[in-house]
Amino acid sequence: MLTSYLPVLIFILVGFGLGVVLISINNILAPHRPDEEKLSPYECGFEAFEDSRMKFDVRYYLVAILFIIFDLEIAFLFPWAVVLKQIGMIGFWAMVIFLGILVVGFIYEWKKGALEWE
Amino acid sequence: MPETPLTLWASLPEPLVTVLVILFKITLILVPLLLSVAYLTLAERKIIGWIQVRMGPNRVGFFGVAKGWAQPIADLVKMLMKEFIWPRKANRFLFVLAPIIALTAAVGAWAVIPFDDGLVLADVNAGLLYILAITSLGVYGIIIAGWASNSKYALLGAMRSAAQIIAYEIAMGFALVGVLLAAGSLNLREIVLAQQGGVIDWFWLPLFPLFVIYFISGVAETNRAPFDVAEGESEIVAGFHVEYSGMGFAVFFLAEYAAMILIAALTALMFLGGWYSPFPDTATETPMIGVLLGPGIHWLVLKTAFFLFLYLWFRATFPRYRYDQIMRLGWKVFIPVTIVWLLVVAVAVMGEVPPWFNHPL
Repeated sequence: MLTSYLPVLIFILVGFGLGVVLISINNILAPHRPDEEKLSPYECGFEAFEDSRMKFDVRYYLVAILFIIFDLEIAFLFPWAVVLKQIGMIGFWAMVIFLGILVVGFIYEWKKGALEWE
Repeated sequence: MPETPLTLWASLPEPLVTVLVILFKITLILVPLLLSVAYLTLAERKIIGWIQVRMGPNRVGFFGVAKGWAQPIADLVKMLMKEFIWPRKANRFLFVLAPIIALTAAVGAWAVIPFDDGLVLADVNAGLLYILAITSLGVYGIIIAGWASNSKYALLGAMRSAAQIIAYEIAMGFALVGVLLAAGSLNLREIVLAQQGGVIDWFWLPLFPLFVIYFISGVAETNRAPFDVAEGESEIVAGFHVEYSGMGFAVFFLAEYAAMILIAALTALMFLGGWYSPFPDTATETPMIGVLLGPGIHWLVLKTAFFLFLYLWFRATFPRYRYDQIMRLGWKVFIPVTIVWLLVVAVAVMGEVPPWFNHPL
């Protein structure tokens, strides 16, 4: 059962190794001539005004929270979708009610303007 | 006993043999994949060139055939020889880790892709769940790159990209649930087997809105035009990879194209019947070309190539979306449509609507 996942693990490791090897070859082959200007952060030719890790809009945070809610929903739907034929009408209506509650929340956040991005 | 390669092979311990066989199979997938990536870049430049009435790359090449064919090789050599700049303010460890993570996520997903009936590296029963999980990891590469670069443009690109990718991932996830409902399995091979038959039997017809939304979300997930605000050359220079040079940049590029091919192949597998032929009945009767008309890996390749062409066509045709339009499309159009269609599919599955949902489990 779990042994069928061994190739997957090895594939991931090979993918990681491929990236490491490519970047290593590059660092060996390519010249290294660093200077002050080359190593400074790119900002259209200006000296960087301030630290680049600045404050950002709270809406990104809001989107992230909404994402977690919906992604959890999808995680719940996955097993339900696979066995829908076995669990019959009760299973179907249970998920309809669950989706209904989610839709009510979705309409609420829509009306509240959480999805606006002017 | 003389040491021949065969006896040496037989004397190896069992686990080592298993790993070596797996590594050999991985090579068989990875080499064609990397070649496809290389020649997809050439195809992109050629096709967009033709659409814009230009020639595209037409210089690099030898043996006198079709000039331009060696362009990807020349590009690779050039990238390898270019200096890998370590920006002074960057967090060096995360800076070099970010492209590697992006590549790992884009390449690792190929482990569970079936190319033909039984032609798959790992026939795991939670294939689609694994795909959803590992393609989600791709966004980490972008966020880490933006943060570690410690450059304003990079951070802006990473923020945009993160919000965009998670918005479209929800629509994508709902579309996948629709496929699961229709196929009743998480295993990609069984999802294709559930579509056995001709064009009418494939899932694109009953799941049509999900099919369209899945592919468009896929374009947005891979940060391709018209959703490429994470790079947005005209606004934030190159976005999250503005500080990368040499192979750091090339590895991001590699990851992006591998992810494009992945999305195209997944769309073909889940909605267009994978390796099934559009001529199920005429296939065996026709002499000579009957084999070609039957099911096989060549159909999967053709369908994948079709979606890849759509990618390039979109890029040449559509102007870039504005950021608020992208968010509106993802949250206010795709998510409501997918939720409604999910219920439609669930009802159809419960009602065993032929010809898609009336087969026994």
